[in-house]
Amino acid sequence: MSAVSDAAAVDIPPPVERGWPGRRIAGHVLVGVWVLLGLALAVYLFTAWNPELFDRWKGPYLSGLGITLLLVAISTVLGAILSIPIAYGRMSRNRVLSAIAYAYVYFFRGTPLLAQTFLIYYGLGSFRPQLEMVGLWTFFREAWYCAILAFTLNTAAYQAEILRGAIESVGRGQWEGASSLGLSKWQTLRMVIMPQALIVALRPYGNELILMIKGSAIVAIITVYDLMGVTRLAYSRSFDFQTYIWAAIIYLAIVELLRNVVELIERRLTRHLRR
Amino acid sequence: MRITKRLALGLTAAAFAFGLGAANAQETLRIGTEGAYPPFNNLTSDGKLVGFDIDIANALCEEMKVKCEFVTQDWDGIIPALQAGKFDAIIASMSITEERKQKVDFTHKYYNTPSAIVAPKDTDIKGVAKEDLAGKTLGAATSTTHYNYAEKTYTDTTLKGYPTSQEFLLDIANGRLDAVTDDVSVLEEWLKTTDGACCKVVGMITPVPEIHGEGAGIAVRKGETALAEKFNAAIDAIRKSGKYKEINDKYFPYDVYGG
Repeated sequence: MSAVSDAAAVDIPPPVERGWPGRRIAGHVLVGVWVLLGLALAVYLFTAWNPELFDRWKGPYLSGLGITLLLVAISTVLGAILSIPIAYGRMSRNRVLSAIAYAYVYFFRGTPLLAQTFLIYYGLGSFRPQLEMVGLWTFFREAWYCAILAFTLNTAAYQAEILRGAIESVGRGQWEGASSLGLSKWQTLRMVIMPQALIVALRPYGNELILMIKGSAIVAIITVYDLMGVTRLAYSRSFDFQTYIWAAIIYLAIVELLRNVVELIERRLTRHLRR
Repeated sequence: MRITKRLALGLTAAAFAFGLGAANAQETLRIGTEGAYPPFNNLTSDGKLVGFDIDIANALCEEMKVKCEFVTQDWDGIIPALQAGKFDAIIASMSITEERKQKVDFTHKYYNTPSAIVAPKDTDIKGVAKEDLAGKTLGAATSTTHYNYAEKTYTDTTLKGYPTSQEFLLDIANGRLDAVTDDVSVLEEWLKTTDGACCKVVGMITPVPEIHGEGAGIAVRKGETALAEKFNAAIDAIRKSGKYKEINDKYFPYDVYGG
């Protein structure tokens, strides 16, 4: 009985506030502050606009942007591939497998990407003789490969958790139902579970991609000159803050674009769920 | 509740009054430095700042009869941090260059040492001319005069930029780089370490005034001429009193003040 009345209480929307209560005024003031800040930024950029600086650095900025996008694209795709066995390990009943996968995820989610990148590049760099012995030095010599490796390992841990969470979000009944229809485990996964799980996973995947774009800004510490690295270089020459503002605007534009793409994909994938 | 609040307020006020009193008694000057550039300024493993810059700064403060406090700051952001008032002067081996003069004011130089190129002992690099380094990979710290010089001069060389000297020294030790360039005193200090045993100085770079400037000076915010003048007077004073030589000899077997 009480459960029913509770549900009813939840369903009634709060009465609409009329007039100008404090909260509404505060809201308008806050929006006003943001608009002012935006205007100030636009005015600043307009007055501080330095065509000479822009011409000098537009080439490097574009190549930096290319490096950022390429780095994130390659490591996200490789990370997605690597995340499959890890997610499998996380869900496995085999104690050894599950412990290894757990340790992997625990380590890579629990330590900063900066530290991982630094360790892989400079840390492994000090084991050159050993690496040469096994023929891996040509790989680890290059900052670019080290960056891809570090980013792949890192994102694989996050993506494995996204994948596991999504698969486990599909009810057990689906597995049982498919099994009673005579579908094999693989067929169930491919045709029943994954189509449902990937819808759940889409948003977190989009988030992970955005986090990777922003996380990649640290890669200049190992001499890979991505967008942020070029920005710092430009700043160190000109001591002009607008170099950072340009970078912020470019990052913002990429993230906004990605957000819209994810939204579009989600709309298309969930057509059947909409009424 | 009330009482605690009042008490807290009272205590804060007292702390403020005390703090102001102390500040009035002796002016505190905050000095910004990098802390990753041995032997000039470096953080020891237990977090203490040591080095030539630090000793010079302390000597100058003593001369100026002010209390000095050090603030460590990443090299890339050291000028903006000065402008933002995080500290009042930069004593961090900063070369006096035209580009920087547009943003900050400098004192006279307090030392001037040339840059050099260091390479592994078995290197085939014979000198520091453009042709000697053609096709090689050279490391330098970005936002330094050494990097700017390399970028302009060694156009046939792959130049890699690092956040601080510590990182490119790691990379030459493990063989990712064919050569590195930095201040000669910094490189020589490193050559004495176990990691540095791999390498040797292949040559000194003749300073180019437009790039290298006139030596390392103390940077203050634009327009703070009085402070710069105070520093200048103090530099002259420690030069005369022999304090400068004493510090110089503690770190270097030669005179770093330059001609």
